[in-house]
Formats: sequence, structure tokens, C-alpha cells
Amino acid sequence: MSKCSIGLLALSSLFLSGAAIAQEKIKVGVTATLEGTYTVLGEDGMRGHQTALNVLGKKIGDKELEFIVASTDATPDSAVRAVRKLIEQDKVQILLSPLSGDEGIAVKNFAKTHPELTFINAASGAQETTYVDPAPNFFRYNMDGAQWQVGLGKYAYDEKKYRKIATVGEDYSFIYTQVFGLVLEFCGAGGQVTNRQWVPLGTKDFASVIAALPDDVDAIYLGLGGADAVNFLNQYQQAGGKAHLMGGSIMIDQTILSSKGNAKNALVGTIAASGQADTWEDPGWQKFVKAYQDAFPPNKRFPSPSLLATNYYGSTMALILALRQVNGDLSNNQAKFREALAKIELDAPNGKIKLDSNRQAIGTNFVTEVVDDGKGALFSKVVKVIPNVNQTLGYDPAVFSKIGLPSRTVPECKKY
Amino acid sequence: MSLLQSTQLRATPPASAARRAFIRAWPEFENPAAWLVALILVIMPLIASGFFLIEIFGTTLILGTIALSLMFLAGYGGMVSLMQLTIAGFAAYMVAVFGISANTNISLGWPWWLATPMALALATAFGTLGGALAVRTEGIYTIMITLAIGAAFYYFTNQNWAIFGGHTGINTVATPHFWGIDWRTDIAFYYVTLGVAAICYFAVQYISRAPFGLALQGVRDNPRRMAALGFNVNAHRVAAYAFASFIAALGGVLQVWNYRQISPGSVSVGACIDVLIIAVVGGITRPIGPFIGALIFVLLRTFALDFLVRLGLDGNRFRLLIGLGFLAIVFWSSDGVIGLWQRWRQSQRPRTDRPDGGRGHG
Repeated sequence: MSKCSIGLLALSSLFLSGAAIAQEKIKVGVTATLEGTYTVLGEDGMRGHQTALNVLGKKIGDKELEFIVASTDATPDSAVRAVRKLIEQDKVQILLSPLSGDEGIAVKNFAKTHPELTFINAASGAQETTYVDPAPNFFRYNMDGAQWQVGLGKYAYDEKKYRKIATVGEDYSFIYTQVFGLVLEFCGAGGQVTNRQWVPLGTKDFASVIAALPDDVDAIYLGLGGADAVNFLNQYQQAGGKAHLMGGSIMIDQTILSSKGNAKNALVGTIAASGQADTWEDPGWQKFVKAYQDAFPPNKRFPSPSLLATNYYGSTMALILALRQVNGDLSNNQAKFREALAKIELDAPNGKIKLDSNRQAIGTNFVTEVVDDGKGALFSKVVKVIPNVNQTLGYDPAVFSKIGLPSRTVPECKKY
Repeated sequence: MSLLQSTQLRATPPASAARRAFIRAWPEFENPAAWLVALILVIMPLIASGFFLIEIFGTTLILGTIALSLMFLAGYGGMVSLMQLTIAGFAAYMVAVFGISANTNISLGWPWWLATPMALALATAFGTLGGALAVRTEGIYTIMITLAIGAAFYYFTNQNWAIFGGHTGINTVATPHFWGIDWRTDIAFYYVTLGVAAICYFAVQYISRAPFGLALQGVRDNPRRMAALGFNVNAHRVAAYAFASFIAALGGVLQVWNYRQISPGSVSVGACIDVLIIAVVGGITRPIGPFIGALIFVLLRTFALDFLVRLGLDGNRFRLLIGLGFLAIVFWSSDGVIGLWQRWRQSQRPRTDRPDGGRGHG
């Protein structure tokens, strides 16, 4: 018995010690998908974050930034749990979170219950996060999934002469947003999307999906990511699939293009669109690629940063630059810091980024094509650069709101 | 401790029959350790703040309540049901669907005092139905059927957008406000979970000694003989499922109030098995077991990562530590931490003074 009470006393003293807060540091919580299907994405996101710290440093005036990392698995529950742990246990003042689409929606909603803290989206790209009922303390410096598809539909229709396509995508908000962007533009140009298949995140067996792919289409659009994408490509090759492919932003990305095995070779010639292109000539981009490559040994990184690394770099950059503008002043519920965040114009590696009134990024988009560099490594080559892409994709906001929110069946395949 | 207890008992031989009956029904009231634990739990908000109060102790009580429903079924009914978390998740979803949330196209917007009983009733019905399916089987087949129900529910929620909100789930679920109190503020919510957990604990304790509970334990030990004695074996089992479902549903309601959101990740097969782990680690012979198991589980889940990093190891391997802890406990004690404790107690005690052991089922 006495042992038991001593144990409890020891426990309670542990809680009390947890409450102490260091004054000279600004604590920032970071979440990344370090478990589950999107593990490689989360790991590369953290590399981008680290690259930003190498380039920009951790000093804010006389204060220093301290980062605390928590792991999630791309489910909204895990994101909310991780963010709560960071806030309540580690007492972070700012959050750099989260990585994946549904996590973003959950964290945005959670952010409303902590109006005194500031949330900077790390990489998530569901449209709903900033478009529907946005949280005043949630800032997103990357574009959403639909913005990342701008240019792809027209390019497929005009240049590649695709008329009919089918889509296969993971069954959650980010991919809905990607397909939303694609369908709007492709159908707007006159194309047809005949079949949309949705698979649960974390699907291992694609046999039934592959069997159900229609034959009478010009191309198949793949909205998959991480382990799901690699599994699909393997099984698609084994099944003898030879259709033209089109890819979403995390499908045609170094997380897949540098995966092991031959399956990825099916992707050579695939057209895609994303917030970055591996071989872009822009000096800012090249400098970032160099910094990324220098920061990690070749076997511990991808040949070139993935979209996740770029997004984490951009959001970390926004955090540090805005904090420096206000000299680390987080008083008055971080009002000054937020004002700086809202106004800041980032000279990010993947083009200029500024925020709209919903605190959503307006940025540059890239249409790309996968090429082999001759040594067996695959890269996405720039085909077209589209600056100033906003969340309503150039539509009048009133028209855009009539299209509806991205889902399995929205938007319809027609001209809006 | 044991000395204290025995002297107390000897010092009060002329206690009235009613008092003796009361003590036999509620042995906790004679146990100073139980009083101490109760006291600590009640004054916890003075000791622990924010994170520890809710993320550790609140979560422990919630998970413990859900695991308690499994303990009741497995310990007293001999039925290992892997769908207890699914029932809790179902109740959580129903609170979100009938109540108020940010997903206005799904939520019906009922006030909490209407939505919560509705959710509890539906989840209990759901669990009872599942139980009615499962009682026709025994042992591994019960596990299979209940696991199948759990897995089916997970995939259904993951892909159904009309009611369950798909992979995104349902966000910003409203929590109760009444009597001028926001019941989701840390301290108020802690007392809500503590109150519910305590009621469930005593209800299970009470039922285990009531005629129904005794008959259920008879069914567990020898269903044929019980049937020959005129007991309806299946009816007892289904009733046990109904009762356990209600407890699990209470846990589910607390869980959705805790996180204010519910999505398929919360009802995944992995999470269903977590509940089994909690119950087994704590011990399924007594109602206190699941709460002890939940505390160990929550502490491991929360601190394994930090602990590994502090040792200079790769923090990504924290799940390994949880698995090893589970293996160690099950290896050394098949009836969980409680079993360890009990054996230690018995080894400390002179041979003649051993309790008859009738309360644990072995």
C-alpha cells in the first residue's frame, strides 16, 4: 500500500514539473505523417522543414525557436490527438501542422477552440480547410489540391488530344479536391470523365480496381500517394496495363518517382500538375534543391525534394520570416504575429506566394511530364508555368460557389 | 495493509447483519487503499492540470470504461467480444449525427439531452443485435464474428459519406452546456468522466454479485448444466451483451465529447484490438483491471516516443516498446497486472490466512 502511494506521489510531482515553461524560447509544434501509408511523405516533409532551418536559422531576435515533433498517420483523429498533445503537454505557442487533407480539416476546426494560438498549415491541401468557414488563426501557404491541378486538363485536351479519361483516387478530401480541379478544367475544355473510382486510403490490393478500369478511354488519371501509389503501379504492371497515365500532385512526385523497383517506369511520359516541377530552371528553386541535397546524405533523401519537402519549407519560412518581422512578439494573443503572417509575401522556392482573405495561398502552378534522366532516375520536367492561381481557380466566386464542394461526384463533368 | 484489514474485521464482530451484508456486497468500502485511490481521483484537478487531467486520466477513464464492458463480457460471461470499441464508436457517431456539428448536411442538430439518450439507445440496440449473432458461437468463433462486425463497421464508415462523413468524419461536435457550465472545460469534463466511470464500475461490481451476474458466471463455467437447471443460456448471454453495450456506448459518448470529432480512425480494427490489449494487460478477472490496463496503455502510448528519444534511440520505433510491454505483462501473468498484484499479496500472507479466491474466476 505505502509503495502504491509513493508511486502516486512520484507521478504527481512529475505532472507539476511538466508545467514549467521556458521564457527565452518560442515553442513550435510540428506534426508529420511518420506512420502509416504516408510515412515517406511525412519524412520528406520533415527534411524540407530541416532544410528551411539550415537556411534561415532558428534565431528570432534574442529568442530561439524550439521545435517539438509529433507523429500522425493521415487520419484526422491522429492529427487532433497529436496537436492536443503538443499544445497541452509541450505548451507550444505556434503549430506547423498538418500534412494530409483530412487532417487539415480536423485541425482547422480544432484551431477554433484555441483562438489564442496560431496554426500554420504544413502541407495539407483539401479545399474545405480554408474555403468553408475558415478559422481566423489558421494560415495556409501552400495551394489546395484543385489549384495544384490547374493547367493539366487543358494540356491533356489541347496538346495530348485526350478526349475521354477515367480516374482512380484515394477516397478522401485531398484527392476529391485534386479531381475537382482536373474535372472542372478538362470537362470545361470539352473532355469527358467517364468513370471515377475511389479506393480507401491504405488499400493494398488493387486487383478489383484494375479489373474495373475501362478500356475505351484515352488516359487514366491516378490520384494516389505514398505506399498506395507504389502498390497500384506494381499491380498495374503485373496486370499488363498499358494505358496513358495522368497523375495527381503526390502521384508524380519524388516520393513515388524515386521508389525502388521497376514499377515506377510505367510513369515515364505521364503528364501531371503540381505546385512544383523538379527540373524548373528558376534560380530560387535550384538554390533550394541544392540546400536540400547538401543537408542530407544521398541515401537519406530523394534526388530532388518532394512536394511535401517544398511545402514544409515554405510554411517554415513563413513562420520564421513573420516572427522576425515582429521580433518574436507574441503578446496580445499573437495579434501582431498574425498580422505579419497575413501580409507576408513569400519568395518561396516554387514561386511567389501571398495569402487571400481566407488566409489561403495564391501561388504558381506547374504542368509537368515525367522524364528519365538517362541514368534511371525519374524527374518531372516543366511543360508550363501558371502564375497567380487563386483558390477559385480564376472563376467568379459566385459561380465557383455554385459548383459545390469537392466530393466523389462533384463537380459534374460539364462547363460551368 | 493486510494486518490492518484483519484487525478491523476482528474488532467489529457484533456488527449488524445488514452491515455485514453490505460489506460482503461492497468489499471496497472496507479497503483503505480503495478509499485512498478514490480520494486521489476526486482531488486530481488539484494535483494535475490540463494535459495530465484530460489526456492521461480522462482518456484512461474513457478507455477503461470501454474496456470494462469487454471485461464484463469476457470475465463474467466468457465471451471475448472485439466489437466493444465499435459499439462505443457507433454511439460517438450517433451523438455527432443527431447532435450539432460543423457538418450541417449530416447532423440533425438535436440538443445534447435528446441526442445523447438516442445515441445510447441505438448503440445498445446495435451491440445487442451483434451479441445476438455472436452468442450462437463460442471461443474463437465469437472473436471472429465480433471482429468481423468491427471491421465491417470501420470500412463502412470509411466509405459512407451520407451518414458517417467518410474518411473525413464529423468535425466540431457540440458538447453540453447547461447550468451555466461548459461541461467540456477540463475540470468539469474530468468529473463527468470520473462520474460515469465510477457508476459503470459499481454497476459491473453490483451485477457480478446479483443473481443475474451469478447465473452469468454459471453460464460461463458450464452452460449445459445451467440449461439443465432451467436457465435460458442464450438469453443470459444476450442480456450481458446489452448491458456491456450500454457501458461501451457511455464510453463512446465521452470519447466524442473529448475530441469533439469522430472519424473512422477511431473505430479501426487496430483500435478494437487496443481495447482487448487494455483489458488483458489490466486483467479481466476484476472490474478494476481495465482501468489499470488503460492507464498503462495511455502512459505508454503518450510517453514511449519521448522516452525512446531520451535514450537516444530512434523515436519511430515507439510502437515496438508498446508491444514489448504488452508481451512482458502477458508472459509473466496471464491474468494481467491484477494477477501479478494478487500473487504478490498472497506470497506476503501467511498460508492459513489466504482468501478463498472465489471472487476471481481464475
